[in-house]
Amino acid sequence: MTTTAAAPRRSALGVAGDVLKARETGIVIALVAVVIAATAVNPTFIFSGDGFRDLLLTPSLLMVVALGQAVVIITRNVDLSVGSVVGLTAYMTGRLFIDIPGIHPALVFLAGIALGALLGLINGALVAFAKVPALVITLGTMYIYRGINVAWTGSDRINASDMPASFRGLGTQDVLGIPLLTLLAVIVLVFTAWYLRNLRSGRELYAIGSDPDAAHLYGLRVTRRVLAAFIVCGALAGLAGVLFAARYGTVSSNAGYGWELQAIGAAVIGGVAMSGGVGTVWGAAFGAYLLLTINRALPIIGIQDFWQRAVVGILIIGAIILDRVLALRQHRRLVAAREEVK
Amino acid sequence: MTDTVTDPATPALELSRVVKSFGAVVALRSGSLRLDKGSIHALIGENGAGKSTLVKIVAGLYRRDAGEFRLDGEPVDFHSTAQSKAAGIAVIYQEPTLFPDLSVTENIFMGRQPVGTLGRIDRKAMRDEAAQIFERLGVRIDPDRLTEGLSIADQQIIEIAKAISLDARVLIMDEPTAALSGVEVERLFAVARSLRDEGRALVFISHRFDEVFELCDTVTVMRDGSYIDTMPIADTSVDELVHLMVGRDVTEMFPKLPADIGEDVLVVDGLTQKGVFHDISFTVRSGEIVGLAGLVGAGRSEVVRAIFGVDPYQSGSVTVSGKALPKGNPKAAMARGIALVPEDRRKQGQVLEQTVSRNLTLAIRHRLAKMGLIWGGVENESAKVWASRLEVKTAALDAETGTLSGGNQQKVVLAKWLATNPRVLIVDEPTRGIDVGTKAEVHRLISQLAQEGLAILMISSELPEVLGMADRVLVMRAGRLTGEFDRSEATPEAVMFAATAEEVA
Amino acid sequence: MSTATALTEKPTRDYKAYQHPLWRRLLINREAAIIGLLILVVIVAMLTVPNFDSPLTMTFLIREIAPILLIALPMTLIIITEEIDLSVASILGLSSVVTGLGVQAGWSLPVAGLVAILVGVLAGVINGSLITFVGLPSLAVTIGTLALFRGIAVGLLGTTAISEFPEYWTDLARANLPGTPVPLIIVPFIVLAIVFAVLLHFTPFGRSLYTIGLNKEVAAFSGIDVRMTKFWLFVMSGTVSGFAGVYFTLLYNNARGDNAIGMELLIIASVLLGGVSIFGGRGALHGVIAGVFLIGTMSSALRLAGVTSDIINVITGTVLILSVVSASFLAWIRTNRIAAIGRKKGQAGSTGAPA
Repeated sequence: MTTTAAAPRRSALGVAGDVLKARETGIVIALVAVVIAATAVNPTFIFSGDGFRDLLLTPSLLMVVALGQAVVIITRNVDLSVGSVVGLTAYMTGRLFIDIPGIHPALVFLAGIALGALLGLINGALVAFAKVPALVITLGTMYIYRGINVAWTGSDRINASDMPASFRGLGTQDVLGIPLLTLLAVIVLVFTAWYLRNLRSGRELYAIGSDPDAAHLYGLRVTRRVLAAFIVCGALAGLAGVLFAARYGTVSSNAGYGWELQAIGAAVIGGVAMSGGVGTVWGAAFGAYLLLTINRALPIIGIQDFWQRAVVGILIIGAIILDRVLALRQHRRLVAAREEVK
Repeated sequence: MTDTVTDPATPALELSRVVKSFGAVVALRSGSLRLDKGSIHALIGENGAGKSTLVKIVAGLYRRDAGEFRLDGEPVDFHSTAQSKAAGIAVIYQEPTLFPDLSVTENIFMGRQPVGTLGRIDRKAMRDEAAQIFERLGVRIDPDRLTEGLSIADQQIIEIAKAISLDARVLIMDEPTAALSGVEVERLFAVARSLRDEGRALVFISHRFDEVFELCDTVTVMRDGSYIDTMPIADTSVDELVHLMVGRDVTEMFPKLPADIGEDVLVVDGLTQKGVFHDISFTVRSGEIVGLAGLVGAGRSEVVRAIFGVDPYQSGSVTVSGKALPKGNPKAAMARGIALVPEDRRKQGQVLEQTVSRNLTLAIRHRLAKMGLIWGGVENESAKVWASRLEVKTAALDAETGTLSGGNQQKVVLAKWLATNPRVLIVDEPTRGIDVGTKAEVHRLISQLAQEGLAILMISSELPEVLGMADRVLVMRAGRLTGEFDRSEATPEAVMFAATAEEVA
Repeated sequence: MSTATALTEKPTRDYKAYQHPLWRRLLINREAAIIGLLILVVIVAMLTVPNFDSPLTMTFLIREIAPILLIALPMTLIIITEEIDLSVASILGLSSVVTGLGVQAGWSLPVAGLVAILVGVLAGVINGSLITFVGLPSLAVTIGTLALFRGIAVGLLGTTAISEFPEYWTDLARANLPGTPVPLIIVPFIVLAIVFAVLLHFTPFGRSLYTIGLNKEVAAFSGIDVRMTKFWLFVMSGTVSGFAGVYFTLLYNNARGDNAIGMELLIIASVLLGGVSIFGGRGALHGVIAGVFLIGTMSSALRLAGVTSDIINVITGTVLILSVVSASFLAWIRTNRIAAIGRKKGQAGSTGAPA
């Protein structure tokens, strides 16, 4: 009659690993399925000059933003201002090249990331110190940052010719057939994923999102970690802004408009639940790819692209319903695993 | 493992004349505790005696207003729980607070995971250490599983594992056995004894005297926010302890008034909810006070919540004055005249941030509405009437109930429900955490209500209260009814036996 | 069988109904602060901004903030129960598109408008069902429906816009109360405002909303049907958003998929500015109405003063953040005050002998 919490058949990673694997794999399978279906209808989807390349390239920008958003959502917060941050840093990138001729692109990258980090810091400070829900704060900063962006841009716009070829080359070059920007984004992904999984501060983010009260009781430095999460999110959005300029060449005052919604959608679809404490940046990354690939595939299968937003909405709602169903099932399974032995 | 490096004679923990107030409410008048190393020290007192405030000060959650606090002879002052943890203090609360989405291992080591190069968490080392701790404790828990869904007993073990991995010198366990089965309690005691043998100091807060006498070597009694006395367990008895805790002769406290007992009003038949309670059947008649006794965790609150409709039940029925009551529908229960004064008055009974007036009139808001509208001070009028009937002490009707004392808060909740003019009044721990004076008032009130013809079902974990007030005593254990006694047959021994006896195979 | 006799024999003790005198209760609260701020802004604007005092200003102002005024009413109730509805502007847009399509299909405007309002009701039912019956958090759900409803609106119309509406109705939307610069739309608004104010402040239903927002458990234990209550709130929100969509379309004589995009932020900002706590359980309609007018007046005055809309956005965002941070700050001061009282008492009492 010993009391035991039974160990159900375990994979090398245990019960937790099993569940994790399910979601990310599911997204990848869905992604592959969409690509196959679209290609079946129209082979140029992949097999054209630009088709495959574009499939890899376009979502990589959103992916970078989605990574940052995922980090924040894991702590049970949200950042609605990322779209505005992307726009602001994209414009600043162009301006730096114009106003400081000969500036080294690496400096521009640093400046963009730094600006993003600063904007994220403002968000984080207000959330962590003023104890106001992130929803409201980032709602406000979304307005503020976008307003500053538009005021600064005016009716101006950055053109590709304003930026040096070496910088623009980043957007067009390939390495072994894979777009350079995509590679950059993947490197960022790997680093972020490593950080969240292997460093103490990364794991604490999960703890804070799982149960903020327990985290306080535990003595974790919640304020510090939440601040860091927002800084990371802002920095990544800043990076995405710089990459935006490199990729598109043209930057107007509505760059990045609406990206916050897509980033949240990508994260939620990828298994990063808004209740916090669960999900991985891999999921958010695959989610970004799935989202944008579906958007591209729609016209192929005859749905006009102005239905894209509706598709995002359906995917988000579907994902949160799925999350709830899975959570209920998991809970029942975990409780049963302990009842078994009593 | 490690033994104490410092002088074993110095107390591990010493508190002296500690004071703590929250606004107008004095939670701790004068708290003292002297905890020796290598000892299991019981801390007893009624609810509201100040024990949990004392514990929270030790844990670093609160800062004391006055008094001395020494750890291993050195004065300390904690500003945060992290500081007290770092100093080697671990508290295991009644409700463990773990991170449900993370694994058992991560819960134990969060923030202190073993790291290797580049600060990379060494998962294998972490897991191995967790497995080692569990082996030492003699329990089998899968270190890789998520903590979500674990039983309270297992969650407590994980909290203890946390404490061990922190090499805590002082472990405080706050009512740890409340939700445990007999076997789990034995396991917990074995763990506690082995920790004591390592030279650590344990504090055991509990209402269960049998456990206190079995496990502890010393006992400290508190009453009404103050320290009363400390003595070795061997030198005292349950009677003496109860006397010290309660402070007055038990029989004085319960003025039971004679009441005519009439028809069956509440009839519960075969109520079952798998895993919570099983085949519960009883009746309560008008004018009768039925006491529902048992240990905390026996399932009594769950049964009455199911009767009232807040919780579901799978089978069985509830009838009020002959008419069946639909399940899961508190509104219908209220319409049939059932009132439930819940167990947790702070979280379930009243809205602390709202005014006395609003709280008092919440349950009768529809009745106060004229043509659907509430206006013209009707709420205040009704609130005045009920507050004065129960002699609620408050600065004004628009004071937030959170600023009232525990006793007055309980009166507000009682008044709220009495205002609905019920036929059946169910009270769950009516005098928990209340000062002695108000307690007597509440008992007198309940007696009077029975005289008026109300059918009253009273849940209480305080044996003297049950024995003093009830016409009949029902006893529950582990979700089942294990005893029913008439007033004349109900003795403390009989009731305790029914409440704690091992399950018959 | 009554609890009366033993207790009614006692003389009724007299209780003070209120701790503070009337003037203090009326003037020292968030709603009064916002109303005061509004009056201040209006006065400053009248004195410093050219043309602000022209009657046309009021006309344009009220026309423009009318949808926000309308939707802020049910939004207030929703936020008081500690939920949120981010999809309101998308429902407005969808309703606008439906109105346009209906008129294009040859329906009379009242019919098209009614169908559009029904679409709003349906949207509210979808929100309410996902939140209460499936049990999903309102933030996540309404982020999803924000995208979904807007997406359907844009999908239905594509890149086109419909700008031919019966003159009678568009004129009506722009008309004023005879002899005044106040637009006619104020009438349905006043009616709805009275309905919601009575509902929130003078009915048992309204009382239950505050309880739900402060403590869901107590609400359940007091016989309140939390689920259905929330469900109906979202239906109300969808309905009013639908109506606002019809008005919006007629006012601007234009149905587009992206009408009122981003308006949810203005609505929520106004509600929070008006003293409603984002944590639920606190707030009043007069504060919210003042909040809407405050934001509208500031925008209007700034625009007349030549400030561009992007700067106005910056100011709106800043005002929103300041208002919620200040609420947080005041709460912090309060808890500190209570703790300080405790500390003082402790120090005074420690000199006494132990009990």
